[in-house]
Amino acid sequence: MSLLSVAGLTIRYDDAIAVNGLSFAIEKGESVGLVGESGSGKSQTALAILGLLPAQADVSGDIRFEKTALLGASERALDSVRAQRLAIVFQDPAQALNPFVRIGQQLRRILLQHGLAEGAQAQARVIDMLRRVGLSDPERQYRAYPHQLSGGMRQRAMIASALITEPELLIADEPTTALDVTVQAQILELLEDIRKDTALLLITHDLGVVAGHCERMLVLKQGELVEQGATRDVFARPQHEHTARLLAAAPRLDRTDIPTTTTGAELLTIKGASVSYRETGHARLQAVRDVDLTIRAGETVALVGESGSGKSSLARAVLGLVPLQSGRVAFCGTALEGLAQDRATAVRRGMQLVFQDPVGSLNPQMRVANIVAEPLLVHEPDASADTRQQQVIAILEKTGLGEEFLERYPHELSGGEAQRVAIARALILKPKVLVCDEAVAALDGTVREQILALLHEVQIDSGLSIVFITHDLSVVRGISHRVLVMYMGALVELADNNALFEQPRHPYTRALLAAVPVPDPERAGGKATLAGEVPSALAPPSGCTFHPRCPHARDICKTEIPEQRTINSTTVACHRAEEI
Amino acid sequence: MTTLFNIWRRMRENRAVMVSGGILIGIVIVAIVGPLISPHDYLQTNFDNLLQRPGTAGFHLFGTDDLGRDLFVRSMLGVQITIVVAVVASVVSLVIGVMYGAVAGYVGGRVDAIMMRFVDTLYALPFIFFVILLMVAFERNFLLIFVAIGAINWLDMARIVRGQTLSLREREFVDAARLTGVSTAAIIMRHIAPNLLGVVIVYVTLTIPQAILVESFLSFLGLGIQEPQTSLGALVDAGVNQMEGASWMLLIPAGLLATILLCFNFFGDAMRDVFDSRSER
Amino acid sequence: MLKYALLRLLGAIPTLLLVIVLAFLMVHAAPGGPFDDERVLSAEIEANIAAAYHLDEPLHRQFYRYFAGLLQGDLGPSYRYRDHTVSELIGTAFPISLKLGTMAMLLAVVFGVAAGSFAALRRNTLPDRSVMAFAMTGISIPVFVIAPVLVLLLAVKLQWLPAGWSGNEGAARFLLPVIALALPQVAYIARLTRASMIDVLASDFVRTARAQGLGTTAIVRYHALKPAMLPVLSYMGPAIAAILTGSVVVEEIFGIPGLGQFFVRAALNRDYTLVLGIVIFYATLVILLNLVVDILYGAIDPRIRQR
Ligand SMILES: Nc1ncnc2c1ncn2[C@@H]1O[C@H](COP(=O)(O)OP(=O)(O)O)[C@@H](O)[C@H]1O
Ligand code: SF4
Ligand SMILES: [Mg+2]
Repeated sequence: MSLLSVAGLTIRYDDAIAVNGLSFAIEKGESVGLVGESGSGKSQTALAILGLLPAQADVSGDIRFEKTALLGASERALDSVRAQRLAIVFQDPAQALNPFVRIGQQLRRILLQHGLAEGAQAQARVIDMLRRVGLSDPERQYRAYPHQLSGGMRQRAMIASALITEPELLIADEPTTALDVTVQAQILELLEDIRKDTALLLITHDLGVVAGHCERMLVLKQGELVEQGATRDVFARPQHEHTARLLAAAPRLDRTDIPTTTTGAELLTIKGASVSYRETGHARLQAVRDVDLTIRAGETVALVGESGSGKSSLARAVLGLVPLQSGRVAFCGTALEGLAQDRATAVRRGMQLVFQDPVGSLNPQMRVANIVAEPLLVHEPDASADTRQQQVIAILEKTGLGEEFLERYPHELSGGEAQRVAIARALILKPKVLVCDEAVAALDGTVREQILALLHEVQIDSGLSIVFITHDLSVVRGISHRVLVMYMGALVELADNNALFEQPRHPYTRALLAAVPVPDPERAGGKATLAGEVPSALAPPSGCTFHPRCPHARDICKTEIPEQRTINSTTVACHRAEEI
Repeated sequence: MTTLFNIWRRMRENRAVMVSGGILIGIVIVAIVGPLISPHDYLQTNFDNLLQRPGTAGFHLFGTDDLGRDLFVRSMLGVQITIVVAVVASVVSLVIGVMYGAVAGYVGGRVDAIMMRFVDTLYALPFIFFVILLMVAFERNFLLIFVAIGAINWLDMARIVRGQTLSLREREFVDAARLTGVSTAAIIMRHIAPNLLGVVIVYVTLTIPQAILVESFLSFLGLGIQEPQTSLGALVDAGVNQMEGASWMLLIPAGLLATILLCFNFFGDAMRDVFDSRSER
Repeated sequence: MLKYALLRLLGAIPTLLLVIVLAFLMVHAAPGGPFDDERVLSAEIEANIAAAYHLDEPLHRQFYRYFAGLLQGDLGPSYRYRDHTVSELIGTAFPISLKLGTMAMLLAVVFGVAAGSFAALRRNTLPDRSVMAFAMTGISIPVFVIAPVLVLLLAVKLQWLPAGWSGNEGAARFLLPVIALALPQVAYIARLTRASMIDVLASDFVRTARAQGLGTTAIVRYHALKPAMLPVLSYMGPAIAAILTGSVVVEEIFGIPGLGQFFVRAALNRDYTLVLGIVIFYATLVILLNLVVDILYGAIDPRIRQR
């Protein structure tokens, strides 16, 4: 008998079917991946198994945990299965743990509730569990509140709470999506090591994660199971065209189709840029420190780093959205510092920005036609409404949207469509530089590929330069000429695409590359080679800010900030770049 | 966020909005038309006809008071004054609150901190006592009632508008507008203001009953509207004195006041649903 | 935590000063003096009275005198009750109001929280709808309507309870005033509790707790109650102010010789010093109680406590 069997699971809401006739089984101890794009019904399935769907969901089918029927069981019956035999880890540990209750108490409560331990024994067991998930000083973490822990530590605590009862099945719903890639690798390895006989249902949108961690996989599309099988087989010979499409859209580090378009003269020069923010009290947070970067016409430069590394701050300072603390910016041969506000704005018109949240970057009260036309209103106030309309239609067409979109409001657009509108608004002033700040991070794989293709097309057409900001190294491989890697606000490595991926010089770049999950079960990816997490930007480490995590650190690294040096046209900031 | 475009449609689909709005409009119409067509006058006393029960006799629908004045006309006058005071006071608080809140929210930083610290300080005061003090010192001036009530209610409005502006200012579409060179004035007009409208409308509808409450409270204590003018609060006060013999003198204005307050509260509550983004589409 | 409390305490001082200055100025900016409407007084008598109350001094001297007295708990003499000081009058009347207010507050919190939680746990059922309809009514109807209607119904018509204060003894005479005073607050707190409980029950961490098989009782007790109570706790400040305000009319209607009734009488009689003294007293009380609420809030929410 299977550990978990799901048969004909269907979940309906008033206006939509979230899951449609889903059937699958999980055997004791195995690890199964559940993949699909956003909205394909992955989380709904997980919630249905645990009996946690909202009341307005209309559920039918059959879910059995060994012999016990879970669907339609009473809360009381479910409570005897939950935690003890069946546990879950949610996506965002910042939300999933109770901010008002100490970590230790939250875990202890589970043991007490199910009569698994009492008194001092319960406490000892919790502390032991916290130690096993890799929390240093577990006695102290026992008394900590969730907000006192870093994101990775919180997720470890969450995993501890799921595994403390030694359940037979663990469901992990996008357990690492909210985390940085180096921490993601740590957490996934931890899950692998610690679960022992516990079966795992790993839900993810990332095929790389499945390839590295699951024996079998299930592929969902719009609530329906389109394919299942051994992970190796599915990756090698996808049977369903949707699976093939997902695999094709998965970003890979080993792509060779990197851009070869020629690049022109220097367009944008950034010298010694620093950005800081005032925090509560008198503290200053150094978001960007002393970064140099030159961008040429027609070139794509990627800005890569984990969240908080200062990528957005650098871009926003260059664009004039936040003040530069120090440094110089020159665009098209004009130095921007010292220019009067309106002159600087006029020059900056040649640089435009596309944001991460496609819907949030459009004013909800305005129609698409007005959103796209607004820049024209400012810069060509004398043009007739007709000419404006023509320009709007032309630019929308270029971004792949027909005239039927003119009258729509943002909430009537899908994520991909909204991002096209945002791109149209940015392009209508015919800028020379387009900054894309995580512009595809919120989009599904296939949509992401379409938007990237669109950007590439525009670049070929008009010789646009693109600054592509992302936390995801694997997206960068296929689209950029050069890559700038940042850590704690500083440049750590700047190199040509090939050089960076094939011969990374900086220890941090190497660790990042090793941590990226590879969508190929035959290759090892997603390795955690770094311990710990990025320190607080309010208290940066001395010397090389990377030294507490660096496997190559020496004494000098603790005291002296490494100079930038150039090795074979790669710029690196590391004392030991030549040796390693 | 809801587009202004479909607000009216959603208001019409919301039963609570339609019912409470309908009752309010009905009351206001009767309050305006009633005294015009009634044969009686709110001042006219009649000592032969004191404390007459409600009924059709002599066309005193709501009866008469202890001076023989027609209670229907007086109640309707009370409704008029109550609603006028409340609406004007709400507009006062709206104007002050929105301007104050929008400036604090949009300018941000230290200016915001100081402005909000001031609001917090005022917030901690039991304002109604100051209003009474004001009424005592300045001889129950009619104008002062507006000012006093407005002065209480703008604080909430300022806080709400400030919070909303602060978060709107951080929204990406505002950055996008700044990048394309849209002027600050145009950003406020096109991008901030329309997105504030929802909360402001909801909040104003909730401010009106609060203003009514303050006005009628003052009038009840004899510190608001003065005889021979009247408001619902003053009528309730008169009713309390006569309640053992003439309970209608208490129950009629009390019932009117309660109905009006209830309808405004229901209306405001339902308007919140209308504007709630979670019930979008 | 201690630092947080001290900071809050320091923050309250400017507010208090503001209150005193504001109230003082309001009274003294008033056109006409306190004795204007008395019999026409001879210039000589008027001057004597003015001197007795130091009205002939420049404003800042008067303020200084008043403030110095205030620091020693002396709020000056009453204009009307000529044999009593304002402090004495407050001292006699306040204990009754305090008793009334405390009972109303307890009633409001206990019933409000219970009704609100109950409604939240049975969301969209008939009991929930009834509680909410009651609460909406309670919020909408002012104390000065509820109180006389209750009297009319329960005391005059049904004669179950005593209507007045004087001539009655024991707990029964407190019943109607306390209910009238508490009712709007019960309603408000019920709505607040319901809304925040629903929010908390829909939060991710409650979903986690459900996934851990804790069951409703344990979830409410160990996970939901504390965060759900935070909005109620923040409402305590406004609630205190509302109860004070309500006590003014309730005492007037039931003829209770508390501070509220004194206040109304003083206001109607233009007993300037008494009104001023009571306003300052009330404001200080509200500010101090707000301070206590603030500090309690910090004690409950770990994210604030750390600062
Ligand atoms: N408006 C702001 N105020 C204060 N700190 C900020 C602000 N924006 C970003 N930061 C901080 O600056 C650092 C760099 O942030 P950011 O440039 O957004 O990094 P990235 O884009 O690489 O994720 C982070 O520590 C972040 O918390
Ligand atoms: S400078 Fe030292 S600590 Fe920094 S990256 Fe190089 S070896 Fe590591
Ligand atoms: Mg960013």
